[in-house]
Amino acid sequence: MKPQIKLMQIQPILAALRRHKAGTILITLQIALTLAIVCNAIFIIEQRITRISRPSGMNESDLLAVENSWVGASNATTLTALNRADLTALRQLPGVRDATLTNSFPLRVGGRVTSVRVDPTTKKEITQAAQYFTDDHALVTMGAKLITGRNFRTDEVTVANSNSYKPPPVIIITKALAERLYPHGSALGKPIYLVKDSAPSTVIGIVERLQVPWPGAWTDAFAGNVVLTPIQLTDERNVYLVRAQPGQLTAISKSVPLLLLKTNRMRVIPDQRGIRTFAEVRDQAYKADIGIAAFMGAISVIMLMVTAAGIVGLTSFWVGQRRKQIGVRRALGATKHDILSYFLTENLLISVGGVIIGALLAIGLNQWMMSEFEMERLSLLYVLAGMCVLMLLGQGAVLAPALRASRVSPVEATRVS
Amino acid sequence: MFAYYLHLGLRSLRRNPVLTALMVIAIGFGVSSSIISYAVFRATSNNPIPQKSAQLYLPQIDNWGPEKAAENNGDPPNALSYTDAIALMQAHRAPRQTALFPIAPSVVPDDPNRLPFRPTSYAAYADLFTMFDVPFEYGSGWSSLEDQEHAAVVVIGHDLNQRLFNGVNSVGRAINLDGRNYRITGVMDKWDPQPLFFDPVNTSGFSDSVQLFIPFMRAIDLQFPTVGNTDCNQDSGSSWDAFLRSECVWIAYWAELPTGAEAKSYRQFLQGYAAEQQRAGRFQWAPNIRLRNVTQWLINQRVVPPESRISMLVSLGFLLICLVNTVGLLLAKCLRRAPEIGLRRALGASRKDIYTQFLIEAGTVGVAGGVLGVLLTGLGMLGVGLVFEPHIAKLVTLDTSLAMLTLLVAVIATVLAAFYPTWRAAQVQPAWQLKSN
Repeated sequence: MKPQIKLMQIQPILAALRRHKAGTILITLQIALTLAIVCNAIFIIEQRITRISRPSGMNESDLLAVENSWVGASNATTLTALNRADLTALRQLPGVRDATLTNSFPLRVGGRVTSVRVDPTTKKEITQAAQYFTDDHALVTMGAKLITGRNFRTDEVTVANSNSYKPPPVIIITKALAERLYPHGSALGKPIYLVKDSAPSTVIGIVERLQVPWPGAWTDAFAGNVVLTPIQLTDERNVYLVRAQPGQLTAISKSVPLLLLKTNRMRVIPDQRGIRTFAEVRDQAYKADIGIAAFMGAISVIMLMVTAAGIVGLTSFWVGQRRKQIGVRRALGATKHDILSYFLTENLLISVGGVIIGALLAIGLNQWMMSEFEMERLSLLYVLAGMCVLMLLGQGAVLAPALRASRVSPVEATRVS
Repeated sequence: MFAYYLHLGLRSLRRNPVLTALMVIAIGFGVSSSIISYAVFRATSNNPIPQKSAQLYLPQIDNWGPEKAAENNGDPPNALSYTDAIALMQAHRAPRQTALFPIAPSVVPDDPNRLPFRPTSYAAYADLFTMFDVPFEYGSGWSSLEDQEHAAVVVIGHDLNQRLFNGVNSVGRAINLDGRNYRITGVMDKWDPQPLFFDPVNTSGFSDSVQLFIPFMRAIDLQFPTVGNTDCNQDSGSSWDAFLRSECVWIAYWAELPTGAEAKSYRQFLQGYAAEQQRAGRFQWAPNIRLRNVTQWLINQRVVPPESRISMLVSLGFLLICLVNTVGLLLAKCLRRAPEIGLRRALGASRKDIYTQFLIEAGTVGVAGGVLGVLLTGLGMLGVGLVFEPHIAKLVTLDTSLAMLTLLVAVIATVLAAFYPTWRAAQVQPAWQLKSN
């Protein structure tokens, strides 16, 4: 019986809405715009969260990053000695488990990209990879998981300047890069070429995962491709990664800079970003992503609230305007439930119109944003979910005024105005 | 009359406090989020050198070939190789020109108790100071002769002079960079163009203010590596000289071309230069060059962060929703007062009077929304630092003009939103209303 009653109500509702064209159009428009923007905003949030939650491949707790540059030393022998003295001092410092010298690390923002080939003569490389120049302490310090093969041996670690290095005979690569280069079978023991026409570098180990230094979208095509090279660079600028004993991170983030200055004063450790725990590195790398996600979230919530409030406001007005008619209907035998379902159905009709237009707008807006920004295609699931949410929001918003309407007494029919 | 309508407006707003509050809050939020997004956009799309932005040009020369260029819509690399930068310097076809790249020398203070530090620094030619209208507190830039001599001279910034010499005139004094002494020829006044138009490639457009310049060739002699990007399409060799001879790109080059005719002839010169390289066998492809001025270069390098444009877009959409909402609520308010309007019309008020009364009422809502908007904008400014990097966040502040703009946008938007409801109110037939009562 019930669906029939509802269907029968649609005719008079449509007639009533035709008499309130302006209000109907305004609510429809508001629902449509809200759906279009909220869908895209939530989609942006989801994309950013996916980006932020990518694992770096390192054990991120108890990890400290130090940016260092030597002052007035340019000779390779001097720089080698200075780096070695630092490493020895760091590894002996109480609270330190291990330390490594590198040019960069995941999320550092700034580093070196290399081309990678499996055939040295091809003009075009297979893919790109971030290159970490480091030593045999890197895996332990980073907490990277070696899944096959072995670590570098101490005697395999050499020194060179970044402008004049030659690809080394042995390297360790990430699983993502290994699978890209040798999709059929293991890359372990196979040669790869870091420079066109260069000597081969043999893969001696594969780590499960390590991220490139850049968090941005431009590295998405090779975000998991990393080559570890057993070369300690003799550049003036270098980076130390220091792994603390569990619970010692706070202590060593104070003792490490003091130790380094005690070892040698002729260096610069920048005031900003000189000494960072990995948690700080991560926060700074993803700052814009976290910020824009929070902004989109806040805007979406406020937008939904404003729309709900608008529906409450206009429906209340309509209820107030129609008290007399409601009274007449009640006097003619309509139940409270009939009145309630009248207003709920009315809102549902408007909402359906709104969400259909809104879905089209959402897809259109996404299309435009795809051409303007680095956006992906909006999943239709978002649009469907958004449509449901807005219809529920409409029903929720209309509930209070509709209940008030259902309580209008039949006596109102007899009252003047 | 205005005072009377204002009085009526305030009374009516007080009669429906919830409805009024809804409108004010919606407008406040809508306007403030738009204004904050606009403030960030304004700061990041700022023209840092308006008097010269159409006269300073950056040439690009394709030394990598069409295959690489195709990855970037056919654009040549975004910097020059050492070979090309030096060739352009020596051709000297513009009235003024400079090659430049970021370096990181360490300043070693005379006082052994003070630690060395690294100010933001560039290697450049003498013309830079005139080209970029760099203001000087003391002294001036070095001379072209000193460029040719690869002289150990330096221009320092106001802040560095403050830090090293307590702000006194330090021209002629020595400063120790990495253990070598340089003679100070000039101290810049406060100069901090943002976006850093001459090097968006390495800074994404925003950085600390530049505090130190040394002659380009001096930096090359001392093998100062660039602290910006080095992009290579092949192995850069195994020595500094091989690196200089390589096709790696890492140098920005600027030419001052005051007239359109000069820019045109410079473009022809670049075309000729690339053709000559092709004839010489260095380029195996037809000349592919660009010559962009400051404005075009900042757009090409996408200095305005995508976050700024997205948040602006979403904020404007939000403001639109708030306005649609306001139209609806105002409509409800106006129509609910049909009897009152009918009465006033019957007592002789013209349609124009009704218009004025309701628009003033809407204006009052707009002002209230604007005041709330200014407060929220002030609050939101604190949040800019959460979304954008510190170099951008420090450029965005709530100044008087922005506060005025917030108010203005709120009032104009609300009054615009009120037009339709007001028109509906003015259509009320006095007789009808009186009869039904």
